[in-house]
Amino acid sequence: MSDRSLRGKTAVVGVGETTYYKRGGAPDAEFVLAIKAILAACEDAGIDPREVDGFSSYSNDRNDPSRISAALGIKELKFACMQWGGGGGGGSGAVANAASAVASGVADVVVVFRALAQGQFARFGQGPKMSAIAGDMAYSMPYGVMSPAQMFAMRCTRHLHETGITRDTYKAVSLATYAHAQNNPRAVMHGRPLTPEAYDNARWIVEPYQLYDCCMENDGAAALVIVSADRAKDLKKKPAYILGATSGSEYRNAAPSHNAPLYATSSFTSLAPRLYDMAKVGPKDVDVLQSYENFTGGVVMSIIEHGFCTHEEANSFMTTENFLAKGGKLPLNTSGGNLAECYMHGLELITEAVRQIRGESPNQVKDAKISMVTSGPMVTPVSNSIFGSRETL
Amino acid sequence: MSTSEFYLPEGLPAPAPAPDGLDKPYWEGVSVNKLIVQRCKGCKTYQWGPEWVCHKCHSFDIGWEEVAPKGVIYSWERAWHPVHPALKDHGPYIVVLVELPHAGNIRMIGNLLGDPKQDIKIGANVEAVFEHHTGSKMPYTLVHWRVTK
Repeated sequence: MSDRSLRGKTAVVGVGETTYYKRGGAPDAEFVLAIKAILAACEDAGIDPREVDGFSSYSNDRNDPSRISAALGIKELKFACMQWGGGGGGGSGAVANAASAVASGVADVVVVFRALAQGQFARFGQGPKMSAIAGDMAYSMPYGVMSPAQMFAMRCTRHLHETGITRDTYKAVSLATYAHAQNNPRAVMHGRPLTPEAYDNARWIVEPYQLYDCCMENDGAAALVIVSADRAKDLKKKPAYILGATSGSEYRNAAPSHNAPLYATSSFTSLAPRLYDMAKVGPKDVDVLQSYENFTGGVVMSIIEHGFCTHEEANSFMTTENFLAKGGKLPLNTSGGNLAECYMHGLELITEAVRQIRGESPNQVKDAKISMVTSGPMVTPVSNSIFGSRETL
Repeated sequence: MSTSEFYLPEGLPAPAPAPDGLDKPYWEGVSVNKLIVQRCKGCKTYQWGPEWVCHKCHSFDIGWEEVAPKGVIYSWERAWHPVHPALKDHGPYIVVLVELPHAGNIRMIGNLLGDPKQDIKIGANVEAVFEHHTGSKMPYTLVHWRVTK
C-alpha cells in the first residue's frame, strides 16, 4: 500500500493577518504588510519567527522569501516556493507545496503568505494600459475582454445556459457571505450589511455579474504556519491537520482564446475526486466550506463540482439559509471571504478554515471537525484543501 | 464582409502579431477578409489559438487553412463597467464566444455588432465582419460577428 499522501502528516499551527484595508488604504508598503502578517502568524503559533525555514506563496507574490529571511534574521532558509499562475487559484496549492516540503523533510517550519497592496501596485479590476498586445491576449483584449470579471463571465453565462441554474444562487452566495461579515470585526464590510434589495438593484459590472457578485479590491497580508503533525502536538493552539490539498486543472483548461474543452466549469472537476481520495472524506463529511469568490458564479460551480449538490438540485439547495453558519446545510465563507471580509487573494479563506477547526471563527459552526477550502474557480491551476481536527486523523 | 465603423472606441490595446511569428498567417488573413486557422497536416486536427505543436499528435508540421467565416454563439457577456479609460462614457458592449462547428468546434472571441442592448441567444448563427484599422501606425484587423437570419 502506497503511503504517498499528505493526509495527516502536517498541520497549520499559526494564522495571522494585518488589518484589512480598502484598496489604497494601507499605511504600510506591501513588504511591510507581508512581514507583519508573518510575525502575527508566528506569534499565534508560539514559534520564534527566526525558526521559520521555508516560504510558500502564489500568484507571483512580489515579496521575495530571501529578502524576507534577511529582514527577519531567519537562521537558515531551506524552501522557497511559488505556485505558478492561476492567481487566487494558488492558495490551497501553496498550502499543498508547504505541506509537501514539511512531510518530506525538506523543511520544518514553512510559512504560507500572501501580501497585496493594490494601492501601491496595479489594481486587479482595471484593464492594462499598453498600446499593443501580442500572443493569446491579442485575441481577447482588443474586444474589451480585459478584467478578471470580463475574462470569466462567459464561462458562467454558458454554465447557466447548460444547466438552467438561475442567478438566485449567485444572490444566495453573496447575501450569506455579507451576513457572515457582519459578525467579523476584521471584515472590511463589517457594519455594512447587504439587503436582498440592494443586491438586486446594484449595477451590472458585466452580465451575468452585478456589483455584489464581484470580489473587492483590498490591501493587506495574511500568513499561516505549517509544521509536522508531530511537532504540532506541543504547540499552543489546536492544530488544524492537513488532510488533503491538491492543485491543477482539467484537460487543456488553458487552451487559448477560451478553447478549454470543458468550458462551463470552475476547473475543479478533476481535482475534487483527488482531494476527497487523499483526505479520505466525502462532501457529506464537510462541516464548513470556504469557497473562493472572485465572482459568485464560480462559487456555484465549485460547490457542484465538489459534490455538495447536483446541477439539478442547485436552485433549491443554494439558498442564503443553507449557506449560513447558523443552521445552514453548507455553511459558506464564514468570515465574509473575498466579497466582504477582504480580498486577501483567498488566503483569508484558509485562515478562516483553520479558525473553524479551532473553534475561533466569528461565525463558528458547532463542533466543526472537517473544514474545506476551494481556491480560485475558473482559473488554472485551481487548488483545494481539507483541514481536520485531531479526531479526524 | 467588412466594416469601416469601429465597434469599440480607439485606444484599447491593439492586437499585434506575436514577435515569434507564430500567428502571422492569421493576421495576414484577416487583413484581406479571410479567416485562417491552424490545422495539423498530419492528423487534421483544427487548433485555435495557435500553438507551435499539434496538441493531438505532437507534430510540428501544422498547416493553416481558410475556414468559412461563420459560426454559432457559444457564450456571451455584456460589459457595462468600463475598466479602461478608452471605454469611459462608452456604455455597454457585447462580447461573444463563437464556435465554428465546421472547423473542429474551435472558438473565437469577438464583439457582436448591432444594438448593444439586444437580446442574445446562445446557438444563434453569426457571420464574421472584418473591421480594418488601417489608420494606425501598425494597421490591424478585428473580427466581429453579426447575427444572420
